[in-house]
Amino acid sequence: MSETSHISVQNVHKVFESGGQEVHALKAINLEIPQGQFVCLLGPSGCGKSTLLNAVAGFSLPTTGLITVEGAVITEPGPDRGMVFQEYALFPWMTVEQNVAFGLQIKGVEKAAIEAKVAELLAMLNLTDFRKRFPKDLSGGMRQRVAIARVLALDSPIMLMDEPFGALDALTRRNLQDELLRIWTELQKTILFVTHSIEEALYLADRTVVMTYRPGTVKCDIPVDLPRPRDVASPAFNALKKDLSQLLMEEQSRHNQAEFRGAAVD
Amino acid sequence: MKRYRHAASGVLVPLAAIGFWQLLSSMGWVNATILPSPMAVLVKWWAYLRPLEVFDPAQGSYLQWCFSGELIHDALGSLYRVLLGFVIGAGLALPLGLTMGYSKVAYALFNPLVQVLRPIPPIAYIPLSILWFGLGNPPAVFLISIGAFFPVLMNTVTGVQNVDSIYLRVGRNLGASRLTQFTRIILPAATPYIFTGARIGMGTAFIVVIVSEMIAVNNGLGYRILEAREYLWSDKIIAGMFTIGLLGLGIDTLMSRLSSHLLKWHRGLEQG
Repeated sequence: MSETSHISVQNVHKVFESGGQEVHALKAINLEIPQGQFVCLLGPSGCGKSTLLNAVAGFSLPTTGLITVEGAVITEPGPDRGMVFQEYALFPWMTVEQNVAFGLQIKGVEKAAIEAKVAELLAMLNLTDFRKRFPKDLSGGMRQRVAIARVLALDSPIMLMDEPFGALDALTRRNLQDELLRIWTELQKTILFVTHSIEEALYLADRTVVMTYRPGTVKCDIPVDLPRPRDVASPAFNALKKDLSQLLMEEQSRHNQAEFRGAAVD
Repeated sequence: MKRYRHAASGVLVPLAAIGFWQLLSSMGWVNATILPSPMAVLVKWWAYLRPLEVFDPAQGSYLQWCFSGELIHDALGSLYRVLLGFVIGAGLALPLGLTMGYSKVAYALFNPLVQVLRPIPPIAYIPLSILWFGLGNPPAVFLISIGAFFPVLMNTVTGVQNVDSIYLRVGRNLGASRLTQFTRIILPAATPYIFTGARIGMGTAFIVVIVSEMIAVNNGLGYRILEAREYLWSDKIIAGMFTIGLLGLGIDTLMSRLSSHLLKWHRGLEQG
């Protein structure tokens, strides 16, 4: 089965040491993601969705179990799995175009090719007029566009996104979601996208993986078959949203109970 | 209009202070040897600045003659020592600071020694510096480089240690080698700290140069005001002090301009 899938997560466990106690962040996770699929990881905070994403990125490897990409086991971070962070993480000392060019320079691409690629990406994300600006002079939405362009420059088949639009206002957010869908359709990327917003997951994903609160397991794996562009006001969309809310509320209440217990012990 | 009013209010207090000072002298309330009048200081300052000899084309160009005054000679002497000492001190502190900030092992090895030596004021090195280097420029430059060394070192270490780990994560994600991580991420991320250290180091160097000239050298602004005391030329002492102040202000302004120019990308917490 793993031969046909692009990203394969096989029986992954992740255990953290926290205050002398072992915390099971991930437990027996199995996921097969085919090439070109848009997958959202959905769950309450503390459910391990970012832990799973970081494991795929190679920042924090599983305690046991395997993650493979095209059959090769992941042991470290790499430019084949470009990551977009919630806090943008642009290099403030580089201009917009320097940020986008950085990954290409690391690859050793020749100068003319870098310039052409950067110009193309900046045009794609409507950043051309801002190319000489530093990140401090950009709005949050603009910064996240640059971060997306920086990852696209790597030409990696996989994009990992850790709540990338979480800090944006609703309008900017919808705008960037639409752009991301356009880019995804155009470039055929495999996207693994972490979010805690049900609507965001349903608006974007081919498939939504709901995770449980500690230990993080896959609660359910739901295909989203709605035609695109999706209408957030349609009955079908809202029916799915209602189902997912129900599932998520169960986990949220487990999260709350755990917090109350924690508070009582404190 | 507003700007002019702002500038005008800036000179108000200095003018009042000078006026009060002139009043003290004109009314004969203080002895002129203890505190000469502002006018006397200005006259002395001009005499100090002016060339000593009459212009003689056989001796050299007009420009050379213009800069042959004692004050210019002293100021250049002090400036030369400050710059040389700063370059040596900061030049040694920077690589050590980068290493200590980057490598936990290097930090564990060097930090105890640094912490013991750091609180020793550069002035306490005077006896040793004379014993080791005799008199003249070498002991002065030695003291100044010590003065510049520690501020640059401490700030560089802190700067490297405080690089936000998210930048390093991005670097790894983009496939940067360790060398690229260091030169393109850690170094630029630490520059605001390093520049702050350089500015403090330059300030310390400027304090130390005056002290070192009082003991080891027979020119420079520090030497000149001590010499003036021997002759009870209080007007020259004060003229020298103002020159020191202006030169210090000039250097600090230059450092701050340079750093805000190079740190255009920074949010700018340390303007001014």
